[in-house]
Formats: sequence, structure tokens, C-alpha cells
Amino acid sequence: MSEPLQVRADRNVCIGAGMCVMTCEEVFDQDDDGIVLLLLPTPPAEYATAVRQAVRNCPSGALTLRDE
Amino acid sequence: MSEISTVPIHMRRAGFDPAPELSELRDGEGVRRIPTQFGVDAWLVTRFADVRAVLSDVERFKQPARLPFQSASMPDISDEELVRRQAGNLLALNPPEHTRLRRILTPEFTVRRMRRMEPRIQEIVEEHLDVMERNGSPADLVSSFALPVPSLVICELLGVPYEERAVFQDRTSRLLDVSVPLEQRMELQLESRAYMAELVARTQADPGEELLGMLVREHGDAVTAEELIGIGNLLLVAGHETTSNMLSIGTLALLRNPDQFELLKKEPERIDDAVEELMRWLSVVHSGTAKVTTTDVEIAGQHIPAGELVMLALPTANRDPELLDNPDKLDITRHGVGHVAFGHGLHHCLGAPLARMEMRIAFPALLRRFPGLRAVSDEAAFRSFHVVYGLSSFEVAW
Repeated sequence: MSEPLQVRADRNVCIGAGMCVMTCEEVFDQDDDGIVLLLLPTPPAEYATAVRQAVRNCPSGALTLRDE
Repeated sequence: MSEISTVPIHMRRAGFDPAPELSELRDGEGVRRIPTQFGVDAWLVTRFADVRAVLSDVERFKQPARLPFQSASMPDISDEELVRRQAGNLLALNPPEHTRLRRILTPEFTVRRMRRMEPRIQEIVEEHLDVMERNGSPADLVSSFALPVPSLVICELLGVPYEERAVFQDRTSRLLDVSVPLEQRMELQLESRAYMAELVARTQADPGEELLGMLVREHGDAVTAEELIGIGNLLLVAGHETTSNMLSIGTLALLRNPDQFELLKKEPERIDDAVEELMRWLSVVHSGTAKVTTTDVEIAGQHIPAGELVMLALPTANRDPELLDNPDKLDITRHGVGHVAFGHGLHHCLGAPLARMEMRIAFPALLRRFPGLRAVSDEAAFRSFHVVYGLSSFEVAW
């Protein structure tokens, strides 16, 4: 994991389940419509585990990692 | 049409666990053609990866316009009438109708919105525990706590008068009981729509601050009355049955696993992981909604032609050894297991943030109030015939 983590969030795919916010609210938020907002597109290493978990468990598949 | 006397295969259980034959199916060929009560066969998908794949793929696995049971039980009803009856029922819809309605509802169930409801849910939980304590041990946990708490919460959120609950609580429960003859369940569904139609009419005349009123005020043009009825009904049923059964059977699960009960009592900060683990381990919604293949597909090496019915066994998927180690053990120290108890994909439970919030308040409050909680009997009243698994009653003492 030399490369820093880079997250992408597709707001057109997002269904607003809010799982990412519950998993890592330092990196993800929801706007007033419930759709994902990326607070930290290149999150620091301390959030890597939570971010990977959020990406893996996103119900709509709106979240992706650049290294994937 | 006769009453069914055997539990449909995909709903079979052994206590908290999926029936052994279902686990064997998952660990064996993974998918199998099974008969359904509707007279047509369906493919039952049992592995975690396959279930997730089907739920993620709305192009190849669609909600059918007309389910086989609707053909069997309502042969005289036109497709137009069926569409009318399904209006607003998100579970029965495909994009783009589904997308339009879901986008309107999503803002009402954000994590932030749910946090705002937290104090009120706490109040409701404590009030019910007060009454239980006042009335004294023993008590039926279902009727004194597990059912009324989520029922009052969803009524307040939607704007359904809680004092009318006698009318819909019983109907809601019978509607999801597969041992009730299909014709009767269809009747119950019509009654539900009629009740909600009246409520929607009242709301349209005088829209309040609650969810139904908000939909009328802010989306009055975009959402039809029929859709409002469907949305209202779906949320009312879903809000009652799911969380309610999780609270009762979840408490029983903890009591039957005393090490987990003690751990959660001692370290209530584990509640978030405990809720996820209880959801995974219990999978109270046995099955995802039935889908129809739009093209030839392959699942677990099995070729399935276009136009076939596919059903998803959530309990076996959530106990898949490919998903996690020691899957049949209830272990609230697990973290980050991506279960499918709330479904997956576009139809992932809209109310999941609300359900989670209710559970993370209710379980610790119950354990705090009655640290010596115990089951009165060694027998448990599992609801075998119910679309949402749980307990019909649960006598507890403290």
C-alpha cells in the first residue's frame, strides 16, 4: 500500500443508504437529498480499513477505489 | 385454495439457524430448482456471493410485473389493476419508477435525520420499559416492548394515528403469514390499501409535518395518491414487522448465548457491532423479493434460462463460510462483516438507518433496565410461517 488510497463516489448510482456515513463519517457524508458526499477523496491511512469496508459494503456499488 | 401446512423450503429454519437442508444446499451445488406454493418452480440461490450478485444486477434480474401467485390467486384481475395496486410499493418496482420514488424518500432516512429522531426514540423506549417495570415480572416482551416501540416510532414518523393501531397491527401480521390462504391475504392487502387511502385523503386535505404530509406538500404533483397509498402501506408494514421481530428474537438469541448477553451488558459500547451481528445471524427476512431473469444467466455453475423465477435465501448467505469464519457462531465482537440481512443493490432496505437506530437504543436500554432478564420457558414460540421470522410471544422475567 505505497500509493495513497483514492476513493470515487458516483452520485448518480448512490441510493442514499448511508452505510458509508455509518462506517466512516470522517470520509463520507450525505447531502440533504441523502446522496453521498466525499469529504476526503484521498483519505489518510488511518481510515484505510474503514474506507475499504465502506466501499465493499456499499449496497449500490457507488463507491470505488482507484487501486481496484 | 387450501391453507398451506408445510413451511415453504426457502423459509425453513431450525430455531435460529437456516434448516440443515438449506445449509447443505449452499455448501453443495449452491442453487437448486424448488417447487413453490404458487404452482411454478423457482431457482433458490443460497450462497453469499451469488445472492449479492443477483441483488446487484437489476438488468438481468427484474422485479416481475406479475408474480406467479398473482396469476394463481387473481386470474381475473387485469394487469392495469395490478399496476394500480402495486403503485408506490418500492419492492415491486423497477427503474425508472423505483428510482423516482426512492429519490423522493431517501432524504427522509439519512443518517443525520435518524440522529435527530434519537431522543424521541429513547423516550419511547424508556416509557415502555417504565410500564413493564410497573406491571412487574413476568411480561410478554413482544406485546409490551418489541412490537409497540417500533410501531409507535413508525406511526409518528409517517403520520399514522397510533390509536388506530388495533386496526392495522393484526392485519399487518396476518398479511405476512403464509399459512393464511392466498385469497385471504389478497383481501387483507385490499383492506390495507383502503385504510391507507382514507388516511392519504385526510393527509391531502390537511397535510401535517410527518412523512406523508411532507410528501403531499413537497411532492404533491410528482407523487400520485395511489403511490402515496403504496408508500404508506409499505413503510407501515416494514416498520412494524422487521424491527419488532429483531427486538424479540434478538433478545432471545442473546439470552440463549449468555456469554454474549453478559458481554453486551458489561460493554454496551459494542452495540453497533452487536446489532450487525444479530442481523446477520438471525436474518429475520428469510428471502429477498422474487426476481425474474431477463436473459439466460449462470449462477453457481447452473444455467438458468430467461423468464425463470429466482429466489434468494438470505439466512444461508449470511452464514456462508466464504463470507466469514465460524459463521454459525453468534459473536458480537465481529466487525465490518458485509451481511445481506438488509438486502443489497437498489432495493437495499430504505429504513435500515431507522431500524439500526431503534435497535442500538432498545437492546442496551432493555439490558440496563433488567440486568437479570431471563426467559420464563425453555420453549420458544418461533413464527415458522411468517415472511418475517421472529417470535409470536416471548414471556420474560427479571
